[in-house]
Amino acid sequence: MGIRFILMVNKQGQTRLAQYYEYLTLEERRALEGEIVRKCLARNEQQCSFVEHRNYKIVYRRYASLFFLVGVDNEENELAILEFIHLLVETMDRHFGNVCELDIMFHLEKAHFMLEEMVMNGCIVETSKSNILAPIQLMDKSS
Amino acid sequence: MAGSSLMDTLFQRTLEDLIKGLRLHLIGESAFISKAMEDIRKEIKSTDPHTKSTALQKLSYLSSLYFYDMSWAAFHVVELMSSTRFAHKRIAYQAASLSFDENTPVLVLITNQLRKDLISTNELEVSLALECLSRIATVDLARDLTPEIFTLLSSGKVFVRKKAVGVVLRVFEKYPDAVKVCFKRLVENLEGSDQQVVSVAVGVFCELALKNPRSYLPLAPEFYRILVESRNNWILIKVLKIFAKLALLEPRLANKVVEPICDHMKRTDAKSLVFECIRTVVTSLTDYESAVKLAAVRIREMLMDDDPNLKYLALQALSTVAPNHVWVVVENKEIVIKSLSDEDPNIKLESLRLVMMMVSQSNIVEISRVLLNYALKSDPFFCNEILGSILSTCCRNVYEIIVDFDWYVSLLGEMSRIPHCQKGDEIEKQLIDIGMRVEDVRLELVRVARDLLIDPALLGNSFLYRTLSAAAWVSGAYVEFSKNPFELMEALLQPRTYLLPPLIRAVYLQSAFKVLVYSLHSYLLQRGITERDFAEGSDYAQHDASASLNQEEGFNPRVLNQSFDDLSVEHGEEISAGHGQASAFDSLGTNSFSDESIMNMINLIELAVGPLSGSLDVEVQERARNIRSFIELIKQEMVDCLAQKEESLDRNKTEVSKIIKLMHDAFSSELGPVSVTAQERVPIPDGLLLKENLEDLETICPDVQLPLLNSFSFGSPQSEETNGDSLPDLQNKVESEPSKESTSLLAQHRKRHGLYYLPSEKKEISNDYPPANDLKSENDRNNDAENLVKLTEQSLVPKKKPSNAKTRPVVVKLDEGDQVSIAAKAQPKDDLLSGAVREVLLGNDTNDSLSQSKPSDRSSARRKGKEKLNLDSPSESKENLDDVKKHDDEIPSSRKNKHRKHGKERRHKTSGNVLDEGGENSQKGKEKTGHRHGKHKARQRADVPLNVVSQTPVIPDFLL
Repeated sequence: MGIRFILMVNKQGQTRLAQYYEYLTLEERRALEGEIVRKCLARNEQQCSFVEHRNYKIVYRRYASLFFLVGVDNEENELAILEFIHLLVETMDRHFGNVCELDIMFHLEKAHFMLEEMVMNGCIVETSKSNILAPIQLMDKSS
Repeated sequence: MAGSSLMDTLFQRTLEDLIKGLRLHLIGESAFISKAMEDIRKEIKSTDPHTKSTALQKLSYLSSLYFYDMSWAAFHVVELMSSTRFAHKRIAYQAASLSFDENTPVLVLITNQLRKDLISTNELEVSLALECLSRIATVDLARDLTPEIFTLLSSGKVFVRKKAVGVVLRVFEKYPDAVKVCFKRLVENLEGSDQQVVSVAVGVFCELALKNPRSYLPLAPEFYRILVESRNNWILIKVLKIFAKLALLEPRLANKVVEPICDHMKRTDAKSLVFECIRTVVTSLTDYESAVKLAAVRIREMLMDDDPNLKYLALQALSTVAPNHVWVVVENKEIVIKSLSDEDPNIKLESLRLVMMMVSQSNIVEISRVLLNYALKSDPFFCNEILGSILSTCCRNVYEIIVDFDWYVSLLGEMSRIPHCQKGDEIEKQLIDIGMRVEDVRLELVRVARDLLIDPALLGNSFLYRTLSAAAWVSGAYVEFSKNPFELMEALLQPRTYLLPPLIRAVYLQSAFKVLVYSLHSYLLQRGITERDFAEGSDYAQHDASASLNQEEGFNPRVLNQSFDDLSVEHGEEISAGHGQASAFDSLGTNSFSDESIMNMINLIELAVGPLSGSLDVEVQERARNIRSFIELIKQEMVDCLAQKEESLDRNKTEVSKIIKLMHDAFSSELGPVSVTAQERVPIPDGLLLKENLEDLETICPDVQLPLLNSFSFGSPQSEETNGDSLPDLQNKVESEPSKESTSLLAQHRKRHGLYYLPSEKKEISNDYPPANDLKSENDRNNDAENLVKLTEQSLVPKKKPSNAKTRPVVVKLDEGDQVSIAAKAQPKDDLLSGAVREVLLGNDTNDSLSQSKPSDRSSARRKGKEKLNLDSPSESKENLDDVKKHDDEIPSSRKNKHRKHGKERRHKTSGNVLDEGGENSQKGKEKTGHRHGKHKARQRADVPLNVVSQTPVIPDFLL
């Protein structure tokens, strides 16, 4: 289990997307998200993108108003996770065209779908943008 | 009903409406959501799948982002899963992955639905089911659906196959028997040519190998091929992670992969890959100097980079490499130290950690100086991090790295004066602890304590209270080292002490009491001398001698053993010199007691303590009353005595001095840490017939020994030496003689009944520095652990060098019991640190049954997989052929004959033979490792010291 969870949070601290790869109760999630968001949002641009929290490492990156936070276990390669976040943003960019917070809010399902294509069981399984988007395009066509 | 559902559909709010509404109702959000939840509860019961799915979609949204419970809707989720429309099915599956857990009761209902979707012709449906399964699979689901997953593992569609590979991880975890069925196909996918699938398969193996690396050693050739051939960084990172684990288990494998890893490190521009290579080298390939050198170069590049991310990771890599190759850290010392003032607290912490790793006996003074300067400049949080790490580093293993305790004690004093310091508790603990353990330092300790007490400004800082409490205690307990008890008394009773919390005030009062008693006692002794001087009119030489003798008794009544001489001589000289100068010195008041000064002191106490006897706090009140009663008891006599001088002297001696002497004796008994061997010093009472009662216990419970070995006495500090006489030589006698007597008695007893004794090795060297010994005995006991640490070459215990400790010159009074406990505590933690060891020792919760069922079944599965590879791709590992041949010769031919694949060998006359050999090798390895594993477990159980066999196992090279 490399990736434990993926969060997208705006700079007001509101969660816009939450995907967990291990089961946590709602209360645990609420507490965890609160703590992490407080920790990460307080940091500035000159500081590094890694924060240790409980037994997780949080790798995060900010794009405009949105923070992408990925909780990983200790074995995971932080730089690879940063690349993964970037890949995720690029993929969404390609799909939505200049992706912004609103796109993710109103098309949360699609964002989840992309994530499902990219990550399975906490492992990164797909890293090609066109492969990730192919099934979504297929679905769009059929519906 | 139809009508209502139509109405619902028409007027139902969609998810989009909900989101818009949420955006509008930022203030009354929760009311808005409650309303929405009400609607959802109604809508979700609808028979119209569209209404239902929209309701579920909204519910999932609220649950995932606003933490609303949706477990009540589980049945609706199941209903909707069977919808024929993909859009509905998708919503249901998503809701299921979001909200189902192991205990969701309706899980048993979805098996058939999942099966149906898994064998669907629509690959999107199959993918949905697989995705969902990877999140929610339970033991039952995994077991029931294994056949379908097995089929999908060789699906023609890459899109489906890669997901099937991905789901295997969860299935194995839940239902280990699935390994029997699916492992072969999983390996095939690893060997396949499709990069997408290989990527997933490598990911799965990476996760599996992290949990239990040993089982995957036989697959090393496959991983090696990928390591050399793949140019996909994602895949390479995963493979490197696998090798980081495997190389620790098999040195020859490490030898093999070192070169390709270095190649990657040189070749690639991708920072993530470089970092993974570095990490692999510093964790698993530390024996390969060239690789470490190369890694050091890349680490340095990262450190120099402006990107804080790279800097942070480089620092982390440094702390990994530090235990084995300190030179890498030393090379970058400047950058590390500079990073202490970095903008990023994480980087600062990391560099602090690193700096503390470089600490040793020789540089602790210098490093602490630098760190303290940083602490002064830092923000409160980091300041305390620095202080905390200095404190914890210095007190490790009973102040192992401290040579100069005078320095350390004054450092403690300095620390507590740092404005942000919040480590009062720890400083308190250490001040008192050092006071009890290290006799030589008491003079300095009292000086430091005095400086703290005397500063009224410090009383305003509540974080300092604990430190002040320790200072007060120290100056009370070791008042004989004080240069000026009057000053001390003033400090202890200064008005601002009302700021202190009652408990600490109580400590202050008690210390004041001790100072008072000490002063009176010394005063009387001094008077005695003076009287004698006057009476005898003796010459100065004699006077000096007797004075110094008496002062020794008076001023150093608690000094018990060897260090007594130095101190008392020094101290005595000072005093007698002072005395020689007679009255001039008296007026200065330094440690001489004039009648006037004593009366002043008594008056001061009455003045300051008086009001406290009405204090609300019982502790303060009681102690204040104690002091007052004592003063009342002696005051009149003292006044008389002062008035009448010589005449009343005799009476004084009989009454006042009796009381004072009594009190003084009461306070003189030494408080100290309790030694583990303290029990042996207790003489056996007459008439106690231990042996007769306990003799046959040995036969009744022979296995008691182990718990006994580990149980140490943690008694609270109590008087170690029973007799508190103020005459030092008498005390020495008291200390040594009975103990010798009893030890000889005990030694005999021990011989016969060793079973009932605490470990005795330390007894002979009770004043030597024992951690070295303790560590060794610890190690003996934990031999497997040590052995494994060596095996994995991951000893993350850089500071524990027993030899180091033994040569330390400072005489430290130690409590062996404590030390053992410290060592014992440290040991398991260090074991935890070496990840590989943990894996092997504890197994892992998920794979327990997995690994049990694996060896036989899986090896057969794997064997087949291997054969297939050899048939399919004979050219794939050609680059290995040369090495293969070399090793081929080493393999006994009898093994070849055992092999079943003769036909195939013949078919590949040129290369196939060799490749088959490779396959066979891995099987052999498999069997060997399985065997070894078993042995290892048995060893643990039996607690056999050191298994040499396991260190030099005969394992065929897996890469050949």
